[in-house]
Amino acid sequence: MNKQILATSLAALTLATSQVAMAARDYISIVGSSTVYPFTTTVAERFSRATQFKTPVVESTGTGGGMKLFCQGVGESTADITGASRRIKQSELEMCNRNGVDVVEVQIGYDGIVLANSKAATPFKLTRKDIFLALAKEVPNPNGSETLVANPYKTWKDVNPALPNTKIEVLGPPPTSGTRDAFAELAMEGGCKKFGWIKAMKKKDKSAYKAICHNVREDGAYIEAGENDNLIVNKLVANPNALGIFGFSFLDQNTDKVQGSLIEAQAPTFDSIADQSYPVSRPLFIYVKKQHADVVPGIKQFLAEFTNERAWGEEGYLTDKGMIPLPTMKRQQVANDVRKLNALGNLAAK
Amino acid sequence: MTDLTQAQVRERIEKGLASRHRKEKLFRGLGIGSIAFGILAVVILFTDIISKGSGAFVQTAIQLEVHYDQQVLGIDKVDDESLTWANFTGVIRQSLRDRFPSVAGRSDKRELYTLISSGAPFTLRDRLAENPDLLGKSERVWLSADDDVDTFVKSLKDSKEGFRGRTSDQKAGWIEQLLESGELKKRFNTTFFTNGDSREPEQAGIRAALMGSLFTLLVTLALSFPIGVAAAIYLEEYAPKNRWTDLIEVNINNLAAVPSIVFGLLGLAIFINFFELPRSAPLVGGLVLTLMTLPTIIISSRAALKAVPPSIRQAAMGMGASRMQVVFHHVLPLAMPGMLTGAIIGMAQALGETAPLLMIGMVAFIVDVPTGVTDPATVLPVQIFLWADSPERAFMERTSAAIMVLLSVLIVMNTSAVLLRKKLERRW
Repeated sequence: MNKQILATSLAALTLATSQVAMAARDYISIVGSSTVYPFTTTVAERFSRATQFKTPVVESTGTGGGMKLFCQGVGESTADITGASRRIKQSELEMCNRNGVDVVEVQIGYDGIVLANSKAATPFKLTRKDIFLALAKEVPNPNGSETLVANPYKTWKDVNPALPNTKIEVLGPPPTSGTRDAFAELAMEGGCKKFGWIKAMKKKDKSAYKAICHNVREDGAYIEAGENDNLIVNKLVANPNALGIFGFSFLDQNTDKVQGSLIEAQAPTFDSIADQSYPVSRPLFIYVKKQHADVVPGIKQFLAEFTNERAWGEEGYLTDKGMIPLPTMKRQQVANDVRKLNALGNLAAK
Repeated sequence: MTDLTQAQVRERIEKGLASRHRKEKLFRGLGIGSIAFGILAVVILFTDIISKGSGAFVQTAIQLEVHYDQQVLGIDKVDDESLTWANFTGVIRQSLRDRFPSVAGRSDKRELYTLISSGAPFTLRDRLAENPDLLGKSERVWLSADDDVDTFVKSLKDSKEGFRGRTSDQKAGWIEQLLESGELKKRFNTTFFTNGDSREPEQAGIRAALMGSLFTLLVTLALSFPIGVAAAIYLEEYAPKNRWTDLIEVNINNLAAVPSIVFGLLGLAIFINFFELPRSAPLVGGLVLTLMTLPTIIISSRAALKAVPPSIRQAAMGMGASRMQVVFHHVLPLAMPGMLTGAIIGMAQALGETAPLLMIGMVAFIVDVPTGVTDPATVLPVQIFLWADSPERAFMERTSAAIMVLLSVLIVMNTSAVLLRKKLERRW
């Protein structure tokens, strides 16, 4: 009995090692942001269906984690492409260059975050400052002194007399969600910066500044409603006084039930997000390893599929998945740059 | 001590009897209560999963009259190259327009096209590739419906309105028309068992994850069982009892309690970064899970060896058997059932593990079904996690269905372990 076990395990081992020796990676390896993950996977699937290449393997590691894996170096065991829900940082680019990685930047589209309420209620007209004051854990003292107090505001009218006299009640994603990060960064920090003395803190004590601007109140005004945006939409219908935070695609598909609040007098629409006049939107990127473009089969074709009108165009399949396309001119320009595979030298230069 | 008469003794005993009986009853009640609670929890879990997941085993399909028009397809003969470029989407759109001739206007037409799954063109491609004579002819084909349609149709039986979600009144009207004319039915969802993951729920399947789990477990079993048993035999039968073996024993017990993510980090550093094995491969997953299950197997194997009565060893020695003969002819066969139990528990643990696999790239979107231990793969629990996280409503039932598959694999594994043990077990 033991002999048999020994023999089978030996056979398995030799089989395994011989296979490893033969394997040169013939599929694209993609890592990175969980926000970009639905888009890269969609393209990956269509790409493999339309061509003879193997389906790319897509891992959802988060933007930062993806950058680490991506910038590790050049070679088969490192990723070819990483997705990012923000632009690459200078420090990350330096790490990449140190390890001999040439990075090609591809902006793929935008992602908008909306604050919406039931169609039965009147639409809100908010500023980012209102959002910050209504939702932050600690806000500047209402008496005007440069100190922080626990958020005292109970109704929207307390925050801004122009707003309705209803209780502050906002349904949003939990801290694990990327939408929440982006919301904190774009909406809340945007409002928080309006206070000069807090903005000044950014240079002196970055972590304290971040804590003030990003921490959401925990006294029940902000309700963590889980990651399921459909659930938030249904709760808004049941409660016309509440506001909800979710991705633009869910607003787009539920326009019969909910309406987006105006932020800085801009309604969240396809166009206002695309031309960036709506403030709570962020660009999405993928970064490609230039050295791998000729080594790993299919990278160029994959990029061609990604930057094809049928994918990222105004009526492309990525918009069905909730991505906001770039303006037509910008799309043409990016598609051209991608064909040339120009490496990103310095962030300021671009 | 005073001498008590028999009557007095009896009296005292009877006095305490009621309270003793009461305590007995209470204890039994507690035991039954905890078992009942356990069963209740299992029943709730199972009914929840089955009620949510059973829907995933059927799939809505729509029957269409499809005309393989050369002009629409843009091809004049059937070969590999023309099939790659042929416009099957156009053919489907054409037959949808023919079915609903009253639909006009761009946005209405766009909505009409969303009735059919975006994977349907590939179904047509396969049909035409199999039967090239169809070119230029028509046939009636069942094509899978889009996941929004599927969710809507499935929710119809619960309430008359159904879950609309992204389905507009107009689209709901088309669906009802199709339902009445019998051109829309629910059929067994074979895709779920033949496909890998997909972004479109109606095309997503469990097969890639199932095969990934199988390959990973195969590697784990092939490595951890022989190594674990060998280590246990040495430690139990050969090793002298001294400080070193004590140290090893403590370490093994410690390793059994180490959080599994630590093994993932170790695997990333050693197998991928140092030995340069491929990422996302079941081979690396199996190696990492081997590290994780080894302590479990060693500990249970040692316990099984300890349980073999010393008299067996002494009798064998007395008959002149060498130490190795004693172990392999007498002790090991008797300890085998216990070792197998340990191995199965270890394997079951490995089957449900996701944390260490995160580090080595097995938490990934895998479409192609893996065919070997170095192909990129994912495993069942990871697939469940990925689907549970997806926004598309139809993934909810697929999540539960995947849990059902995982549970049945576990049940098969455990049953076979029990049967194997029964067969090998010897009594003395």
